[in-house]
Amino acid sequence: MTYDIKRGVSLYSYQNETFDGTLTRDDVIRISCELGANGIEVIGEQSFWGWPECGVNEADVAAWHESMKRYGGVGVSHDFMLDYKRYKGRPMPFDEQVASVKKDIDFGAMLGVKFIRALVSITPEVLVAAAPYAEEKGIKILIEVHAPLHFDHPWIIRHAEAFEKSGSDALGFLPDMGMFVFKFPNVWKEKFMRLGVPKNIADYIEKAYEDRVLSEYVILDVREMGGTGPAIAMAETLRHNAAFEPKRMLDYMHRIHNIHGKFYEMTEDYVEPSIPYDEIVKVLKQGGYKGYICSEYEGNRWIEDVEEPNSVEQVRRQQVMLARLLGETETPALKTPLAA
Amino acid sequence: MMDHKMIVAGSLKAVEGGFALEARLPYYRGLGLSMVEDIAVTVDGTTYPREAVRFTVRDTTYTLDEMETCYDNRWNFGEKALISVLGAELAPGDHKVTVAVRKRISYLPFVPTMTASKDLALAA
Repeated sequence: MTYDIKRGVSLYSYQNETFDGTLTRDDVIRISCELGANGIEVIGEQSFWGWPECGVNEADVAAWHESMKRYGGVGVSHDFMLDYKRYKGRPMPFDEQVASVKKDIDFGAMLGVKFIRALVSITPEVLVAAAPYAEEKGIKILIEVHAPLHFDHPWIIRHAEAFEKSGSDALGFLPDMGMFVFKFPNVWKEKFMRLGVPKNIADYIEKAYEDRVLSEYVILDVREMGGTGPAIAMAETLRHNAAFEPKRMLDYMHRIHNIHGKFYEMTEDYVEPSIPYDEIVKVLKQGGYKGYICSEYEGNRWIEDVEEPNSVEQVRRQQVMLARLLGETETPALKTPLAA
Repeated sequence: MMDHKMIVAGSLKAVEGGFALEARLPYYRGLGLSMVEDIAVTVDGTTYPREAVRFTVRDTTYTLDEMETCYDNRWNFGEKALISVLGAELAPGDHKVTVAVRKRISYLPFVPTMTASKDLALAA
């Protein structure tokens, strides 16, 4: 089957640098494009001040388009949040949720993206109700399939059934590769050990994860080993993470239009030790995937207590890995030196 | 997440009727003010009452109760807000300041509180 897999970056990856202004939005668009990852994904509420409660001023949207034009960026997705818990003690009414999604469709159209990302907790009925408007605007709404959920979970199946029943091709999926954590990430283990988990317990949990032991058994074992607080918390990560199979995406390829290239750590030799990207790319090729894989660096929150994350270097390494897996001949490299 | 960047270094100052410091929302995005459930300020072991705290962004000041029903303003990503504590006086010199922010996040099955501490000096 023919495939067309392109490289992109979610600007989420650079959050530690953009949070305190070390890098600007323009900087991180430039960096991504220099790495050949010209598909740009944003979380509207991160990259644009004011969205959604206050709106975004025209000048800021114009500046986005200027950056994209300057560096050759292609807008991929606006990830929206839909805060249905905006009102304390009562959920946002259905019609208001739909109206809110429509606003995000408009914002996505304004940014020139083809997709908007819905968080996985949003009900299928809300998305189905917003689909005709999305079609009108040339936008697809993609629900992010993210651990602990996965393609065999009844909640996702309910979404898939609702999408098929709607008959709309404006509804689809955005799988997050954090579903396929096949080894316990080293940066997690080290963080938990810094929080006081004894080495023997940390080693045990890591091994139990690789042996695919049911989370509840591991939690009990850790308790019996004398584990408390952070040790239990480390064991409980097994409730929310699992080594699901990349091939489970194959049933849904016709609705998968964007991919979150989640990663926790890229080593110097361009390997993500906890997520099987070689297998993932193989499956995507087999399924004829046409779209972007957008880097989503999430190791930052696991290391920031001991070192300032170097998001740019981490993204660069993942892009080198992806370029190799996609058979590109040129190695992605930064062209403009970063200010010291 | 971003806990270590939450309290802005060197931002402690005396204001009329109290003291104030700058803080950023420790989160990967901004948040509408109605979803900021609480901001607790502790200095040298003393936690001030919720009623004493004020929150200011872009020249608009709110009590924490007012924030709960504010649907048209945000604490943006990385934005420095001024957190003031009224009816309190700090001596000049070094203080250990702790700020705890409780956020109501739609997609999370719990209500997280992010806490950070920093040593800040109050100028004489």
